[in-house]
Amino acid sequence: MLLRHTPKEIKERKVLSVNPAKTCQPIGAMYAGLGIHGCLPHSHGSQGCCAYHRSALTRHYREPVMAATSSFTEGASVFGGQANLLQALLTIFTTYKPDVVAVHTTCLSETIGDDVNQIVKKAYKDGTIPEGKYVVHTSTPSYVGSHVTGFSNMVKSMAVQLAEKTGKSNGKVNIVPGFVEPSDMVEMKRIAGMLGVETILFPDTSGILNGPMTGKFNMYPKGGVSIEELKSTGDSIGSIGLGAWASADAVRALDTQFKVPCQVQDLPIGLLATDRFVDALRTAAGVSVPDTITQERGQLLDVISDMQPHLYGKKVAIAGDPDQVIALTEFLVTMGMKPVHIVTGTPGKAFTKRIKEVTARFGDEINVKGPSDLFHLHQLIKNEPVDLLICNTYGKYIARDEDIPFVRHGFPILDRVGHSYFPTVGYKGGLHFLEKILSALMDRTDRDAPEESFELVE
Amino acid sequence: MTSISVLKQREKQIYQKGNQPFEMECETKSLAGAVSQRACVFCGSRVVLYPIADALHLIHGPIGCASYTWDIRGAQSSGPELHRMSFSTDLSETDIIYGGEKKLKKALLELIDKYSPKAAFIYCTCIVGIIGDDVDAICRQVEEETGIPVIAVHSEGFKGTKKDGYKAACDALFSLIERNKSPRVTLPDSINIMGEFNIGGETWIIKKYYEAMGVKVVSVITGDGRVDEVMQAGNAALNVVQCSGSVSHLAKQMEEEYGIPFIRVSYFGIEDTSDALYQVAVFFDKNPEILKKTQDLIKEKVQAIIPRLETMKKDLEGKKAAIYVGGAFKAFSLIKALKTLGMEVVLAGSQTGTQEDYKVLRQMCNEGTVILDDSNPLELAKYSVEKDADLFIGGVKERPIAYKMGIGFCDHNHERKIPLVGFEGMVNFAKEVHGTVTSPVWDLVPRRQNLTGKEGAI
Repeated sequence: MLLRHTPKEIKERKVLSVNPAKTCQPIGAMYAGLGIHGCLPHSHGSQGCCAYHRSALTRHYREPVMAATSSFTEGASVFGGQANLLQALLTIFTTYKPDVVAVHTTCLSETIGDDVNQIVKKAYKDGTIPEGKYVVHTSTPSYVGSHVTGFSNMVKSMAVQLAEKTGKSNGKVNIVPGFVEPSDMVEMKRIAGMLGVETILFPDTSGILNGPMTGKFNMYPKGGVSIEELKSTGDSIGSIGLGAWASADAVRALDTQFKVPCQVQDLPIGLLATDRFVDALRTAAGVSVPDTITQERGQLLDVISDMQPHLYGKKVAIAGDPDQVIALTEFLVTMGMKPVHIVTGTPGKAFTKRIKEVTARFGDEINVKGPSDLFHLHQLIKNEPVDLLICNTYGKYIARDEDIPFVRHGFPILDRVGHSYFPTVGYKGGLHFLEKILSALMDRTDRDAPEESFELVE
Repeated sequence: MTSISVLKQREKQIYQKGNQPFEMECETKSLAGAVSQRACVFCGSRVVLYPIADALHLIHGPIGCASYTWDIRGAQSSGPELHRMSFSTDLSETDIIYGGEKKLKKALLELIDKYSPKAAFIYCTCIVGIIGDDVDAICRQVEEETGIPVIAVHSEGFKGTKKDGYKAACDALFSLIERNKSPRVTLPDSINIMGEFNIGGETWIIKKYYEAMGVKVVSVITGDGRVDEVMQAGNAALNVVQCSGSVSHLAKQMEEEYGIPFIRVSYFGIEDTSDALYQVAVFFDKNPEILKKTQDLIKEKVQAIIPRLETMKKDLEGKKAAIYVGGAFKAFSLIKALKTLGMEVVLAGSQTGTQEDYKVLRQMCNEGTVILDDSNPLELAKYSVEKDADLFIGGVKERPIAYKMGIGFCDHNHERKIPLVGFEGMVNFAKEVHGTVTSPVWDLVPRRQNLTGKEGAI
């Protein structure tokens, strides 16, 4: 009983986070930065932040994760980090030769009041940033929001700082995919491709954080959205932001500043949300839905129907990032499951409201809390046990202690592979995710069945 | 890969044996902008204190510092597991403006009431140093109110390197030991095992050796650690210190204040383990029984493992290894252990080595061995390929780099799951090295196919 320290009785906590369901902004910004081709993310703060973020991303993706740091010292903390950042940019462009550097701040540089915008301007002016190279930068104080906020901030910055409006439409649709896996980004592009819609998807970590083994270490792997594409986002015919927390700011900013009409949608996880995504692409580009997509939709629906006796009424606890959790909850509800405990670590009042909407058929029977932590989720489960837990790897303690079937989803996943190669979004992704849920539930049924009712055919 | 250039400013931190006069620059701050593998002060403190299982570890700062260090280090406990929970004051924007003292105090009182820990460590993060919370004062108040030791760990990330974090942790430990007001009595034939963190159960192996030798272990600092035990540490006759930097500051302090002498040892490899045990036996030479028992123990253990090592050595003879570790002391042991297996070290580096350390490294290595201080992925990749390493030994951030290049890997950092210390550990190490170096997977790697000109299986 690893979590023997979790009591059943729930007491309101205001000053403490125990076993968090979130982490801090900069790692989200670093992940977003990695989705630009030829980009070196840069952490403007102490060395430790950068080391922790790189380690966490490395554990999750099992890929080299490159990022530089301003290596703050006591001096920099007193006199400001301008000298460190200028030195850093010089070092980076002369040695690591990226096309672009994505600078994010930390709690330290934010609190001492470094004006990164000003420092970057100076670096452009004095030639520290060579001709034809770029720096995008964003503010990511760790004491506001979560890793999702940091992702959102960096995505917005890469759009507004690089986008241009030439006045000539490029005929493309911008897709901001949200804080999802590289596999999900590939799937979004595949769906758009089937519809015949040309897209600019950013950030795009596919090829970078799920790359092939080549026998070489390449600092800037193939993959990622190019600078040219980012520039061109201002000329697109529309933008779709997937996930209100991670993607809304970017597409709204492009709408305001460059008059690119935007839509903000849930992540396309599950049948209904994927329908809405396909429809959004269809209307934005004025195309019709091909049979291949209808076929995939039909297959997902077919498996849901085949297996609905195994799903109906099953109680589920879910924790994760708001965009993910909202879409997953809707998916489970449409399949007849009952998500009873729903927790996110990321702040945002709209969370509870949206969860109430997608779980409307259960009324007040649903426990939803955000921002909260996994300690709270565990307490909820102790009070009302569930049949399935969906959470990042940190859920494994709860799953073990309470002996609950467990499906890993979200960030971080530190102890399994697959997430960066098999998508959860789209109809195919839905099918993949459904298969994981069913396997977890049915393996448990088989494990627990008495010998006489242990049957060959389910 | 040979075209990778080296940072100009880093030339003095890289040495290729035989081709230039030896003058290693080290113990310097990292160059801003370098993709350093180093961490921060907080990281150093956290890893040293973390294994004390019945203490409360509260991280005072924004959520990230707590998230990234939540149970990532497999320091095992034979009893309580409070150390594996993640507690954070989760500072938000208003706390940054108005200060986090009240929140800290409330959190501490709540946690101490709920969990009845034997002591509490409060880790100060970057931001706490900047907003100026008087953490010491809060600790004094709470200590008075609750009657348990409540100790501030001054581990603000920007105040130096990981080494400074070790020192902050040592200060906290010494402060804990000082709280023991009973008169000191030097127990005969007794030691403290220091700088041993029970990763994969390593402390238990070492402890058994000492028990077999007739040496009393007063406390382990800090593997499988308990507050009460640590507070007795002043009663030991000798401090036996493992690991190059982590707790040597405490050992020095205990020597100065209590007159307890210390010796530096390593439990890694046959040679170093035997040497460590002999050193302790020789120290207690007034009791000849101990030396006798030690000789018997070593003889028995070595005889038991030699045949198994010899079998594996046949496959490993002449294979080349690259080593990049935190402290240089570990590199010394690794070089010796690899020699035992017939392997040659072609690259050796550390994050925090001293001038003295590098002199020793140089003497231990062959002509042409590359020696690196505070290195980065580009250099590690460049030299590993140039020197055609078959094995890379490092930590989490180095693993995927090695794998991308098609080089076997052994984790010698805190993510190792099996004990690598002592005689049993040497067999585990050999098995791990043998497994990865002789894996058929590497024959499929494009780079190796190019080298040999052979077509791969695919």
